[in-house]
Amino acid sequence: MQPIDAAAVQEALNHLANRDIYIHLETTNGAYASHHNEGVFSAGAYIRNARIRFTRGKITGPGPYRVGLKLDIGWVYAEGLTHWEWTKEGQLLLAGHDYEGKLAVALELSGEPFA
Amino acid sequence: MNERHVLVVFPHPDDEAFGVSGTIAQHVQSGTPVTYACLTLGEMGRNMGVPPFANRETLPFIRRQELEEACRVLGIHDLRLLGYRDKTVEFEDEEELADRIAAIAAETNPSLVITFYPGYSVHPDHDACGAAVIRALKRWPKEQRPTVYCVAFAKNCEQDLGQPDVVRDVSSVIDTKLAAIRAHRSQTEGLMQAASKRGDALAWLKTERFWTYRWDD
Repeated sequence: MQPIDAAAVQEALNHLANRDIYIHLETTNGAYASHHNEGVFSAGAYIRNARIRFTRGKITGPGPYRVGLKLDIGWVYAEGLTHWEWTKEGQLLLAGHDYEGKLAVALELSGEPFA
Repeated sequence: MNERHVLVVFPHPDDEAFGVSGTIAQHVQSGTPVTYACLTLGEMGRNMGVPPFANRETLPFIRRQELEEACRVLGIHDLRLLGYRDKTVEFEDEEELADRIAAIAAETNPSLVITFYPGYSVHPDHDACGAAVIRALKRWPKEQRPTVYCVAFAKNCEQDLGQPDVVRDVSSVIDTKLAAIRAHRSQTEGLMQAASKRGDALAWLKTERFWTYRWDD
């Protein structure tokens, strides 16, 4: 993955707007977070291959970035995004890695379901 | 020491590396066939590198290759990939999961099974995996069940379970064990660097500890 190029991500988001797409959205601090440090409250969420359609998608922030997708009757957003990839299958992969390279958040959009 | 067949059941590709790979290598060395049933491909692993060498979609392929390399290093010729998804094991149907493990146990007829101690293994997948193994083997008459060695590392495990009753010196195969750990490079490299800075890693890796599962029936 490459450090986010906000203009290129914005172009990809525009390309994916107003069509049925599949989403992978995940936040995590890892299953060991409160094992290693009892002061950490462990939380996370994960959605894979839910089908959505957004009318507007936007990337904002100075980096790490935020991406918000406006749905007909709702929203999807992710915060802390640092890296991106536009795969040859036309999937937009966005991820936020912490200072050690550990994944903390992922937002992925694809015209076809993820494997 | 001499087992008929050893069956290892873990949920993630690198679960055998730090705590069990020396024991596996010793069994392989003494001619015991070893089957490794791995429930997931560790799709939700978080170590992506700086700069990242993987993404959420490529990580499972990388981890599968690493697992196959670790098996090659350890001399495991029978690797079963059960195709569950990382972090979802506890949400599967418990009977169906036990059915699949029971089928592998019936086929391989192990005298020793190695898994996680249910309730004492920190990660929800670990606990669900251990529970499924126990559920599967419990269907057999008690006298026919294999011995089950459990790995546990929850903070309360010694308080609740006592000291581990099986403590194995694996220094005779430490090079093989280190090679198996290195095979899982995407997940273990950072840990090994941190451990080598602390300086006590090798002593820690030379001993493997298990609790023999005590059946409650």
